[in-house]
Amino acid sequence: MKEYRTISKIAGPLVFVEKTEPVGYGELVNIALWDGSIKRGQVLDTSDSLVVVQVFETTAGIGRDSGVRFLGETIKMPVGKEMLGRILSGGGKPIDGGPEIVPEKRLDITGAAINPYARASPEEFIQTGISTIDGTNTLVRGQKLPIFSGAGLPHNNIALQIARQSKVLGSQEAFAVVFAAMGITKEEANHFMQDFERTGALERAVVFLNLADDPAVERIITPRLALTTAEYLAFELDMHVLVILTDMTNYCEALRQIGAAREEVPGRRGYPGYMYTDLAGIYERAGIIKGKKGSITQFPILTMPGDDITHPIPDLTGYITEGQIVVSRELHRKGIYPPINVLPSLSRLMNLGIGKEHTREDHKKVSDQLYAAYAEGNDLRGLVAIVGKDALSERDRMFLEFADLFENRFVRQGYDEDRSIFETLDGGWNLLATLPVEQLVRIDRDLINKYHPKFRQGAKAQG
Amino acid sequence: MEVKEKKEKGQEGVLKRIAGPVVTAVNIDAHMYDVVKVGHEELMGEVIKIQGDETIIQVYEDTSGIRPGEPVTNTGLSLAVELGPGLLTSIYDGIQRPLSVLVDKMGDFIQRGVSAPGLDHQKKWEFRPLVKEGDKVSPGTIIGEVQETNIVHRILVPPNVQGGTVKSIKRGSFTIEEIICTLDSGVELTMMQKWPVRVPRPVMEKMNPTIPLITGQRILDGLFPIAKGGTAAIPGPFGSGKTVTQQQLAKWSDAEIVVYIGCGERGNEMTEVLTEFPELEDPKTGKPLMERTVLIANTSNMPVAAREASVYTGITIAEYFRDMGYDVSLMADSTSRWAEAMREISSRLEEMPGEEGYPAYLAARLSEFYERAGLVKALCGKNGSVSVIGAVSPPGGDFSEPVTQNTLRIVKVFWALDAKLSQRRHFPAINWLNSYSLYLDTLHDWYDKEVSPEWNVLRSWAMEVLQKEAELQEIVQLVGSDALPEAEQLTIEIARMIREIFLQQNAYDPVDTFCDMAKQYDMMKAIKGFADLAYAAQTAGVSPAQIISIKSKNDLPQIKFIKDYKPELERIQKNMDSEINTLRSSA
Ligand SMILES: Nc1ncnc2c1ncn2[C@@H]1O[C@H](COP(=O)(O)OP(=O)(O)OP(=O)(O)O)[C@@H](O)[C@H]1O
Ligand SMILES: [Mg+2]
Repeated sequence: MKEYRTISKIAGPLVFVEKTEPVGYGELVNIALWDGSIKRGQVLDTSDSLVVVQVFETTAGIGRDSGVRFLGETIKMPVGKEMLGRILSGGGKPIDGGPEIVPEKRLDITGAAINPYARASPEEFIQTGISTIDGTNTLVRGQKLPIFSGAGLPHNNIALQIARQSKVLGSQEAFAVVFAAMGITKEEANHFMQDFERTGALERAVVFLNLADDPAVERIITPRLALTTAEYLAFELDMHVLVILTDMTNYCEALRQIGAAREEVPGRRGYPGYMYTDLAGIYERAGIIKGKKGSITQFPILTMPGDDITHPIPDLTGYITEGQIVVSRELHRKGIYPPINVLPSLSRLMNLGIGKEHTREDHKKVSDQLYAAYAEGNDLRGLVAIVGKDALSERDRMFLEFADLFENRFVRQGYDEDRSIFETLDGGWNLLATLPVEQLVRIDRDLINKYHPKFRQGAKAQG
Repeated sequence: MEVKEKKEKGQEGVLKRIAGPVVTAVNIDAHMYDVVKVGHEELMGEVIKIQGDETIIQVYEDTSGIRPGEPVTNTGLSLAVELGPGLLTSIYDGIQRPLSVLVDKMGDFIQRGVSAPGLDHQKKWEFRPLVKEGDKVSPGTIIGEVQETNIVHRILVPPNVQGGTVKSIKRGSFTIEEIICTLDSGVELTMMQKWPVRVPRPVMEKMNPTIPLITGQRILDGLFPIAKGGTAAIPGPFGSGKTVTQQQLAKWSDAEIVVYIGCGERGNEMTEVLTEFPELEDPKTGKPLMERTVLIANTSNMPVAAREASVYTGITIAEYFRDMGYDVSLMADSTSRWAEAMREISSRLEEMPGEEGYPAYLAARLSEFYERAGLVKALCGKNGSVSVIGAVSPPGGDFSEPVTQNTLRIVKVFWALDAKLSQRRHFPAINWLNSYSLYLDTLHDWYDKEVSPEWNVLRSWAMEVLQKEAELQEIVQLVGSDALPEAEQLTIEIARMIREIFLQQNAYDPVDTFCDMAKQYDMMKAIKGFADLAYAAQTAGVSPAQIISIKSKNDLPQIKFIKDYKPELERIQKNMDSEINTLRSSA
């Protein structure tokens, strides 16, 4: 393999190389520094006169004298059974002191798109033990459901609680976890690692760590390495995989940095115009394939800059993922854990995974009614601030109280509290029972007769 | 039959530069929009710019690993789709490769360099001629038919061949490649034609739409109808209900053919359509909905250049069925992703960007696309229509952005989705104050005749109440609802009933998912009936609180979930009557 010493320009993470033999688009590149160390990169633009290389680490130390080798192939990830329990860098190198991964396969990290015709519909209910998810924003196996959070909010604990408690009813099989950290602090990473170790989850986990002080550009490949691994575990080793990607905001910042270095025309707030497509290339790598046993369920975590849900990062994410779990600063300030605000939260695949065959026949209607009542009560809080409680009708006062009860009984639960779906639904009914029956317009009569505590107790007393 | 080739075939050039989906070739004498084969793997691409000796090509597949110096071949043809029996029930990518065939050829993931024709060239179809020897035929003439699914697929003389006198025509079982008819001019016809996707198919005449596309969605049919052959846009932030609404239209609208384009959206949504549609029945024919449907799925993670093409592929297929005399409805979810594909390609061409980085020709492309909708007299003499419903995904849900704005300038119906409504689980989350339909006047007569002479009055009444409610809500926000005059307290309640009973419609309820015009009329009339009783009672001295709390009224929402609702509705109406009367007599 020929080594070129024809670097003509270095700008940010980009290195420009002249007078090469034909080089393939997307090819992997090794750049040898004077001290013998090697930096890796990828071809972004190739022509017969100039090749543009994006370097994954910092370009510190690269000079006109550095040697450039084109490896003749795109970036591949070595994967194998022994990956479970391992901790790798954000670039895929072991950092746990253990041996190199013995590859059973080397897979392209870009990952081809799943043919939509080959997909199977996700429909298996995952019980996370968290009422605001199971009851009102139900997760199913193969879904991509991000957590939209803000700086300083307990999204990591929520993610850990989900990872720890998630199970499919009637199945003993535990999820394998692929965890990819992008630009998070060492402290946050430790928090995750300690919890994985405490619960024994590490044995079933593959961890990729790109920390805050690791090269930003490396973050571009970290989620792709993680998802390549997840695809291998899911579609070749038949495992059910939970992928946690945190923090996607740092990923997007890295994307913006590269765009700026390439002097591209920036899109909204300086992020590249292709960020939607780029993020889709990550988030769409979730799902189930017909005839395969495994599945990939994704939990990307992102912090919304300025808690703004219309910021391009949460916005483009929400347009791709199958819903979102929104963590609220207001609930957090009220001391409620998990501070999940159900109103802007959504699980689009919920309807596929609930009901008679999956959870319980009243699930959908209870959820709708809880939403409607909480939304109404929440609106009234604004009104009360202006006109005072006395100006409210009796009906309105009941809804106002309902909103408080909902937050304190349904939303609030312990970090280790693992509620079954039946506890969650019955809890929902108990709250609804505080409203007059005729206000429960979203629920059919037969379900009310069967599940409403008032009638349920009556039935019990009789029988 | 082949599309006439205007150019020499087989020109070879070499690649000079590769930067993502846009590549540059030299030494090739191509024309704009020619289809070319790129690299040793012969990836499909299309010429999008010519500059001196350089030909710039957008490639429909991933270009990783492709090197400068690899060959480029010009096919001399434009990007075209195959049209003929076999289209229905298919699912295609953006350039009409059948996804089922791709699974067979390359497994569960989409690899590149595989070509697959849009139609099955081996399959035999039973052809019944409808013209005989000696008949004169011209472009667009129906020469025969094939029972494709429960739909009759009419075989047309392609619009771009000369007509003439039928010299011979066959009957029996043929593939789409076999000649079934020859004309005295020597023209030989098969059951398949090809048509370049970027060129609208010709029609005899474009007409003004006068019939609504009935969708079974109350807020659409009742308040903001779209005409058959009309255009509508449905913009909204993520999670507000664009896809669900589009799928509802694909399921229940009374079009004869549905073309559904998943343009840069989710894979699982296409899977949902694929699993659900074969199980659902067309309320009109009782046949599986899939049999009238063609799907185009170029999901967000599939190549952007093919996403750009997907919209054209879809509309060309829609026009083809229109030319047979069918009413076709086409959903594009989402046109914003299409616009973004244009933007991405444009920025790689280093074109001067317009607003928010979109190319300056964005508005022109959008209007050209929506202009392909319409009610027409087809070349065959029958009337056909293409209705186009485009979803728009504005960044941050802000409708002032270029794609929404340029779309609204063209389309006649605006269904404004509202995050505030969807967060409250008011579905469909279409804002009744901001939405509009410019077809109301032209459809007036139809509603008069086909629904009831009262309908248009009821509709205006409902809109007025909703409008009034919005004004009253502003006052309530300041002083509380108890401070309102009595009549207006009733108005607030009646508006709530319109919203909760009529406007809210659950797409996931087996009954409520589809509501025909007769039931829509009955429901609205029942609400108006209550309103009349209520105002009269209030004038007679009954307090609004008493009127509002009558028991029988609470049963009204249940009507939505009952299939044979009439007896129950009558019972409720009778009870409302007597409850109010009791109140009045004690007032
Ligand atoms: N008519 C309806 N009835 C019941 N639920 C609905 C209805 N419309 C929307 N929803 C609910 O809203 C959710 C989001 O709707 P949908 O997926 O159509 O949003 P969208 O606007 O297409 O979002 P995106 O832009 O991200 O694709 C659905 O999963 C469903 O739960
Ligand atoms: Mg959608």
